[in-house]
Amino acid sequence: MTTSTETQATNQVPPGRPQPTRSRLGRFIRSHPFQIGILAVAAFIWILFFIGSPQTFSAFPIYQSFMSTTPFFAVMALPLTLVIIAKEIDLSFPSVMSFGMLAFSLTLTATGNVAFAFIALLAAGVLAGLINGLLVVRIGIPALVATIGTSFFWRGVVLVVTGGRGSSLVPTTQTFLHPLLVGRLFGKIPMQFVWTLVIAGALWVLLNRTRRGAAVYLVGDNEDSARLMGINVGRTKIMVFVLMGLAAAFAGMLVSLELLYYWPTLGEGYLLTALSSVFLGGTSVFGGTGTIFGTLVASFIIGAINAGIVAAGMAGFWTQLIYGLIIVGSVSIQVILRKRLS
Amino acid sequence: MGENLLEMNDVNKSFGDVAAVHNINFRVGRNEIVGLLGDNGAGKSTLIKLITGYHQPDTGEIFFDDQRIDHLTVAQARALGIETVYQERALAEQQPLWRNIFMGRELTNRYGLMDVKRMKQETDRLMLESMGFTSTAVTADSVIKTFSGGEKQGVAITRALHFKAELIILDEPTMGLSLSETRKLMDFVADIKRQGKSCIFIDHNIFHVYSVADRVVVLDRGTVSGEFYTKDITLDQLMEKMYRVAETGSLD
Repeated sequence: MTTSTETQATNQVPPGRPQPTRSRLGRFIRSHPFQIGILAVAAFIWILFFIGSPQTFSAFPIYQSFMSTTPFFAVMALPLTLVIIAKEIDLSFPSVMSFGMLAFSLTLTATGNVAFAFIALLAAGVLAGLINGLLVVRIGIPALVATIGTSFFWRGVVLVVTGGRGSSLVPTTQTFLHPLLVGRLFGKIPMQFVWTLVIAGALWVLLNRTRRGAAVYLVGDNEDSARLMGINVGRTKIMVFVLMGLAAAFAGMLVSLELLYYWPTLGEGYLLTALSSVFLGGTSVFGGTGTIFGTLVASFIIGAINAGIVAAGMAGFWTQLIYGLIIVGSVSIQVILRKRLS
Repeated sequence: MGENLLEMNDVNKSFGDVAAVHNINFRVGRNEIVGLLGDNGAGKSTLIKLITGYHQPDTGEIFFDDQRIDHLTVAQARALGIETVYQERALAEQQPLWRNIFMGRELTNRYGLMDVKRMKQETDRLMLESMGFTSTAVTADSVIKTFSGGEKQGVAITRALHFKAELIILDEPTMGLSLSETRKLMDFVADIKRQGKSCIFIDHNIFHVYSVADRVVVLDRGTVSGEFYTKDITLDQLMEKMYRVAETGSLD
């Protein structure tokens, strides 16, 4: 008797969740609107460029050029996505690029060993990030103010120590570092592009498949809730600032190795391209939402516009105007979409 | 095994010059529902946050399950089996349901990576069995901010219950709930009792507290001003005492 009622009861329970009426594809589109949106923007721009200059855009060199220059800010836009998801901001990374390279060139001069110099560069990035994190978390300075301060500070350190003079990196071409970081894979694909993909993959795993990554979303969404649920808010914020500093130093290395020269002004010009990649990629300025994929695609859109405009035969003066149009247009669409969806 | 699940002895906590709680002695028995009453600013929230590890006491001792716990973090308290449904619900509104359910203790696989699939499956199961969501529009991926007040409370409660809590703290759980949702909540508290667990129930509504609590503790100006077993006192007597406390600061 009992057995039969039990069987009956289990039969009545629907298997799994009640099946939604939408198809799998429909659900996928609905749950990834911003990723699909940014791909559509990329495709649209590519089609425009292709129409404007079919010869250029049907050959490999233009893509090689994108893969060579976009990584310089893309490797910073990726961890900056985490910073902004956590509802913080970092404006100091252009200066940290240069500070990291200062550590590199001083260590290289002192030891003659590029491996040591590279470790010093990464350590300088971690240090700069840690200081930003501690200023924000322990002292309680808003990140906007703290990182403006450290931005001036690190730039100042670089200028004082170098006296404004740069240094050649030509000797590094004889070491493992140059081909590893900015060489050409199979003689074609810039290594910095490969590193961008590696970093994007690693950060995707961190953000989407680890508890620390989950904490980044939760802290950015509602800090008080996160704290009440036992999430270590301070540690989470410090982690994103450290990753940002580390990536900035690494980006400084990529740029300098590609140019084979370290300019103390290194980093200038990357602030807005990195920030706009993050926002164009669908990360909310209010924290709590954003994706690595969106930022990666958006970086290449930003990177392509400059080269694409010139290749399409327009004057380079158009670049900024078109940046502006695309950023304002895409972000407006995102905001409208977000309102519709909720 | 001591008779009390939770015991606080002479606990003090000040914020600057303000003594939020002073010399509090408070206990929760095993399988006991304790109602906590008191005006705004009586120290209820501080008391709760001391138990959950959010604040640490300045002086005094806290024991949970015969273990001294006055230097806990929230994560450690949750691991011990102290679960709280906060007044503000402590949800992350822009995140999907499954992230809210597993907030702060996401499931991981043997490589230490989050097992997203299993968390979503668990969420789906809980939605059917505990939260009573039957609408097909709500899935484990649904974002919390689209939910009604009662649904959000359901999420917060399910989250507390899912993790085998020994002591469940409900901080003004009926706030903003409809009549039927409130009734569901009271059933839920009765369920805690039936399952052999303990509960601290905080509410402004004296009827709610009286109807579910075994014992009522009255808090006033940061200290315990009295306690009664609900079986020894009528609702009218309790209300009369509460009025007296509000006016004179003393129960008699």
